[in-house]
Amino acid sequence: MAFRIVALCTNCWGCLPLCPQQAISAAAPHFQIEAARCTECVGDYADPQCASICPVEGAIVDAAGQPLNPPGSLTGLPADLSVFSSS
Amino acid sequence: METTSQPTSTGARIALHPCYSEQAHRHFARLHLAVAPSCNIQCHYCNRKYDCSNESRPGVVSEVLNPEQAVQKALAVGAAIPHLAVVGVAGPGDPLANPERLFATFRALAAKAPDLTLCVSTNGLALPEQVDELVKYRIGHVTITINCLDPDIGARIYPWIFWNHRRIRGRKAAEILIAQQQQGLAMLVERGILVKVNSVLIPGVNDEHLREVHRAVTAKGAFLHNIMPLIARPEHGTYFGLTGQPEPSAEQLRTLQTACADEGGATGMMNHCQQCRADAVGLIGQDRGAEFSMEKVAATTVDWQAAVAKRTAVRAAIERRIALHSQLHHPTPLAPSSAQRPRAARGEPLRIAVASNDGRTVDAHFGHAREFLVFDVSPMGARLAERRALDRYCSGPVTCGDAAPALTGAVAALHDCTILLCARIGFEPWRALEDAAISPNSERAGEPIIDALLAVYAEWRDRLQGAAPPAGDALCA
Repeated sequence: MAFRIVALCTNCWGCLPLCPQQAISAAAPHFQIEAARCTECVGDYADPQCASICPVEGAIVDAAGQPLNPPGSLTGLPADLSVFSSS
Repeated sequence: METTSQPTSTGARIALHPCYSEQAHRHFARLHLAVAPSCNIQCHYCNRKYDCSNESRPGVVSEVLNPEQAVQKALAVGAAIPHLAVVGVAGPGDPLANPERLFATFRALAAKAPDLTLCVSTNGLALPEQVDELVKYRIGHVTITINCLDPDIGARIYPWIFWNHRRIRGRKAAEILIAQQQQGLAMLVERGILVKVNSVLIPGVNDEHLREVHRAVTAKGAFLHNIMPLIARPEHGTYFGLTGQPEPSAEQLRTLQTACADEGGATGMMNHCQQCRADAVGLIGQDRGAEFSMEKVAATTVDWQAAVAKRTAVRAAIERRIALHSQLHHPTPLAPSSAQRPRAARGEPLRIAVASNDGRTVDAHFGHAREFLVFDVSPMGARLAERRALDRYCSGPVTCGDAAPALTGAVAALHDCTILLCARIGFEPWRALEDAAISPNSERAGEPIIDALLAVYAEWRDRLQGAAPPAGDALCA
């Protein structure tokens, strides 16, 4: 049970200070979640914190590889216009 | 109302600030430190994914700095540019969404560059909780971006906010944001901090509504209201850019600014804003960011105490020059014209636009002009009516594809002018201007603006009515 940050991450620092488990680090080329520490915020918050502030659709995925913020969910753009999902 | 008509104390506090004072922006430099990467809201006109060095607009930076780097950069810039007066944090995210980074930077600068004015520009969401911390760091000025008071309008501008550990969407998000902004504004004013309000004019979304915003922020004690045009191009990858949301025309913007100015009240209107990048360096309208990359900054050693002394001396010299200048030429400050002028006819002032980069001579190529100086010329002399910024987005049309929209924009910005003076102009823009009944003229290239204006006015009058050349009063541009 852990989330993962993928290459779409823009290294904006939004998630890092919010993680209740200090599982996130400012790694290169993009921020990383240490799987062993990530609890998906269960027991700490109602919503996973990293995924709740992340501005980039698709940048954080669950254990099954599914984006927590799928295309269109943050920008309101239809998927075919979304620069995040198409790049 | 002009900013300089504020009470003396406020006047003195803004006199050195290039973003607030029309006078200061020609003399004093500012530095934006990109130390705040994170944001707690999403705006439909923002996409921080891109870094394009040819782009100049808020929210765009080349490299995000950590606080140590930011301090190093500010000290290096402050040593190299002694007319530096202001260090601001404007992003690329929201400064107050990065409080530790922001305050670590300000703490160090307050110690090593105590003469520099510090300021922040925020969306206001975290403002109420940060106000007392802000006050500690000698923050004299805060800018809040307030685009609406009505949450239904807000829901069309802000898709979400991050609030109390949750992502909140739609009307509810806008409601919270608006309440926080208004509370933050009141708290700052109560503590004697000068507040400028920025509003983005979004046609069809908040255009009419911004007059109400103007009244509200005036009532709450903002000292300046800066209405800026929406920047929305598909290539920026923003929601508004990709969904075809139109940008306002120069005319629309001016009409609204005029309407707000006509409301009266103590809040000034600002219209020399250039919508800088969040890492801009130098005089406004100029960006020397490339000279101060972290790589270059890291290789320089700075004697910060010597730099403070040098800046203090340079500032005193500039202040003397401004004072002398205003005694000689501007018993009252230059105010932008509030009235729309019809095309000049016999006996009326002639409106002439000048493409100038140095502000003194006709030295700019039409296609490279960053702004036009718009003068009203009459037998009494010439008067600077307005500065019109344009082509804020791109310095390289060759790399940015089709330049036609930029040309159309430039022509539209000059619609009420009869003559355009520039150093050079291409065939296509020449024809576009003539089609719009504006006469381009590059014969005065390199001449002082005042000489060129009066000479061209004399020629125009001679042609129109065979009258003698005007007795030209002196002016300064």
